[in-house]
Amino acid sequence: MDAAERLEKARLLVTQLESGDDEAAEITLDQIAIKKEPDLFQEVGRLTRELHEAINGFLLDQRIAELAERDIPDASERLNYVIEMTEDSANRTLEAVEESLPIADEVKEKADRLAEQWQLFRTRQLSVDEFRILSEELNQFFTQLTEHVGVINGNLSQVLMAQDFQDLTGQIIRQVITLVHDVEEKLVQLVRISGAQLPDKQQHAEKLEGPVVPGVDQGDVVAGQDDVDDLLSSLGF
Amino acid sequence: MKILVVDDFSTMRRIIKNLLRDLGFTNTQEADDGNTALPALQAGNFDFLITDWNMPGMTGIDLLKAVRADNKLASLPVLMVTAESKREQIIEAAQAGVNGYVVKPFTATTLEEKINKIFERVEG
Repeated sequence: MDAAERLEKARLLVTQLESGDDEAAEITLDQIAIKKEPDLFQEVGRLTRELHEAINGFLLDQRIAELAERDIPDASERLNYVIEMTEDSANRTLEAVEESLPIADEVKEKADRLAEQWQLFRTRQLSVDEFRILSEELNQFFTQLTEHVGVINGNLSQVLMAQDFQDLTGQIIRQVITLVHDVEEKLVQLVRISGAQLPDKQQHAEKLEGPVVPGVDQGDVVAGQDDVDDLLSSLGF
Repeated sequence: MKILVVDDFSTMRRIIKNLLRDLGFTNTQEADDGNTALPALQAGNFDFLITDWNMPGMTGIDLLKAVRADNKLASLPVLMVTAESKREQIIEAAQAGVNGYVVKPFTATTLEEKINKIFERVEG
């Protein structure tokens, strides 16, 4: 129906309505509507076809099957391995520190005692016999010192080597981040097809959020220990 | 002074135990969640409880509530050491009767300060 035709029908409709010829007006209205309907059907048909193709395209997307069947289970394995590696490293470090601390304490204690004796000797307050004992103790101390420092050195090297996880876990986590990006992309496509709207962000009070991550919105969190202390003191603590 | 340290990560338990030893507290025991901690508390004369919040099984907040609900344990001082840092969670812990709240990551000084503060108040 072109513009001239439409105008003609409209004029006819106005005339019929004005003259009170309801029956004729009804027929004219139907004519206008019938002319319009095939356009509407065509449009609905086109949209249906597009939606169908989009869904089929999505279903046939190889990448999604890969993600679901291989990459995501792989990622879980990888992240478990990250936990294992960091835990192992923490344990190796703690072992080395726990072994070194008492040795350092022992060395300090002995050194303090010998320094005291040595001071007495320098101020000529030691007898010859006492000095002989001190001399023997010093001798033992030096031998032990070499041994102790050797152990502490070894442990410090162990602490150093226990940091080797950082490089490896960094690489693994980066792979998983890439995967998360891929999944995000596919999900965005899915949302686009379904036309779903994101509801207002809901905070789940029961859900434990864990550590605060800079740049990730986790709701109303404290900025650090000072904030916790302020909050608690405002509650009467 | 007998202290129970509850955390699901053994490394965190070890760190806390080492810090406690530096502070002169050598009598410590460990548990990995509320379900193992509660019977230990009920069985053996502990003077102090340090617990994480987020643990599989029984969480720290549920452990705290269980301790406060238990006649024999109700007055046990409890320090929460956790990564949970939502204001409403801290308020919840306070309402449940926690004696101190330390957010991870923490320093040795913070832990010492909070422990001392709790004992001052308990003794005072």
